[in-house]
Amino acid sequence: MPEILKAPLTVEFPFTRSLGPVQSAFLTGLRDRVLLGARAANGRVLVPPAEYDPESAEEIRDLVEVAPTGTVTTWAWNPDPRRGQPLATPFAWVLVRLDGADTGLLHALDAPGPEAVRTGLRVRVRWAVERRGAITDIACFVPHDGPPAPTTGHSGVFADPVTGILAPARLDYTYTPGRALGAHLAALAERRVVGERCPSCRKVYVPPRGACPTCGIATAEQVDVGPRGTVTTFCVVNIKATHTANSDIEVPYVYAHIALDGADLPLHGRVGGVPHDRVRMGMRVEPVWTPGSLHPDHYRPTGEPDADHDPHRDRR
Amino acid sequence: MTGARRPARDVAVVAFAQTPHRRATEEVSEVEMLMPVLHAVLARTGLRTADIGFTCSGSSDYLAGRPFSFTLALDGVGAWPPIAESHVETDGAWAFHEAWIKLITGAADTALVYAWGKSSAGSPRDILTRQLDPYYLAPLWPDSVSLAALQARALIDAGVVDERGLAAVATRNRAAAVANPHAQLSGDVPRGDYVVRPLRTGDCPPVGDGAAALILAAGDRARELCERPAWIRGVDHRVEAHALGLRDLTDSPSTRLAAERAGAFDRPVDTAELHAPFSHQEIVLRRALRLGDDVLLNPSGGALAAHPLMAAGLIRIGEAATRVHRGRSDRALAHATSGPCLQQNLVAVVEGDLR
Repeated sequence: MPEILKAPLTVEFPFTRSLGPVQSAFLTGLRDRVLLGARAANGRVLVPPAEYDPESAEEIRDLVEVAPTGTVTTWAWNPDPRRGQPLATPFAWVLVRLDGADTGLLHALDAPGPEAVRTGLRVRVRWAVERRGAITDIACFVPHDGPPAPTTGHSGVFADPVTGILAPARLDYTYTPGRALGAHLAALAERRVVGERCPSCRKVYVPPRGACPTCGIATAEQVDVGPRGTVTTFCVVNIKATHTANSDIEVPYVYAHIALDGADLPLHGRVGGVPHDRVRMGMRVEPVWTPGSLHPDHYRPTGEPDADHDPHRDRR
Repeated sequence: MTGARRPARDVAVVAFAQTPHRRATEEVSEVEMLMPVLHAVLARTGLRTADIGFTCSGSSDYLAGRPFSFTLALDGVGAWPPIAESHVETDGAWAFHEAWIKLITGAADTALVYAWGKSSAGSPRDILTRQLDPYYLAPLWPDSVSLAALQARALIDAGVVDERGLAAVATRNRAAAVANPHAQLSGDVPRGDYVVRPLRTGDCPPVGDGAAALILAAGDRARELCERPAWIRGVDHRVEAHALGLRDLTDSPSTRLAAERAGAFDRPVDTAELHAPFSHQEIVLRRALRLGDDVLLNPSGGALAAHPLMAAGLIRIGEAATRVHRGRSDRALAHATSGPCLQQNLVAVVEGDLR
């Protein structure tokens, strides 16, 4: 069994989300240290507020101010905080029913240890120093010994409401290509291209994915293909690449499907070393490797006569 | 409500297969992991992929961090046109539901349903935070164990169970899993340290990779393909209110309603396969479903023994159906869940012909 290939993979994305009127009021309120709920048809005050009644599904807009103090309704002690969580030191997750509210708000409670936390514990909001209209404007809750804190009498209407949030997400993975693609990648490191042959239909797939998509069975037999191949179809690209890895490719350039000799499925590749208007279907090409590259940088004409048209008819 | 209306057509689970569930399967890609189970259910029925009327799968791109990963997995079923195919971005139990609808409405006579999860590529505790409300919850990154622990605490505070009671649930499931060759965790598993109090490692499901597949067939086709088909008497799925703080975490009204609509309460069941990833959730479900001590609970070991994300719910249906196939059960309930603290719940009831 060859060495199992693996590599770190990070997926990161800054989601921009717009807010409806109720979410906007709630998150703007956090920025201004005002806590707002929404009153449902049955009179219950929902904090954090929903835009619809959870029982009737009617739209609700009636905003009600609640106090920055409340009561823990359930909790869980988190001894080992993870990235992105509200506190970096051990803390309790809590659902808090704020004074004046009928439902629970999820957040963190800063407490010295699990012995200091219980259901029924009185708590108050600790505001973040910098607030911008997000749930994280509440830094956390802290124990609070006393009656409900006074409210400000806020109407829920703000002169400069927050209308959107930026919600960055980042997840870390270890990418493993599996057996078939792993063998392909290992061969590329030796500047060879290998595919796999379907035991049933005998088609050779490059890159191999471990299964024949026509027959639905595992491909197994490794086959060296290329290095030369034939352009089966192509397009002329006039948009400059923005990715730094490709930013030195001048436009226009040709992007082609290339059927490597011995393969039944074309690869994608750039065609270089020839003016873009001289590339044609049937043109014979070979890979050009650049130092340190993980795959052919591009393909260039071999100078051979063009391939017959017909053998490539079903490879386009 | 007197329970489910009988579906317009008899549809049965006629074959089921699953992989061994393991902490990591680095040596294979998703489709490579999936193919053995796809081929197993086809071989068991003698069907070829071209014979299948409808194909439906369940998985999530977030697990492996790869976009449209179901299209690559489709290679394993020979997705050459024409194919009638669909995918759900959740547990395969919901793909099962879609396939069942296709069959009872007469749009197909056979269906292949499969699901897989390759959790080893990432960290499910973090990944699952991305399915939460993006305004109020996701920015706090509350991980799946933490949210489950809030539910466990609510149950303890309500006097329903204590920590020893939680441990007993885990012990019973993992003892049952000794007889399950596919299980990842079985036998004597220590209660362990607190992960997020009050949940200990022993109360949590193993993280692992795995896949499962089953075949559905309608009417006489089912009788041809299987000696004792597991007839589907009803399937229904329901959802709780979106916000965690709106819910009574000690109850699962959506499970109860789904069970009612699936006909689970029309007659007693003898077996139940419950998708309860955390020990306390079995107690919530058991109460919601009014399952007495006479019902055999999770003979497979359940999700505490093997929990391939996106496949664990479909496996409950497959395990229940397999008991019927083998004559070990006459009427079994299968439950699948998705989302934090039993957010969404599906119930299916399967029966064998009387002997």
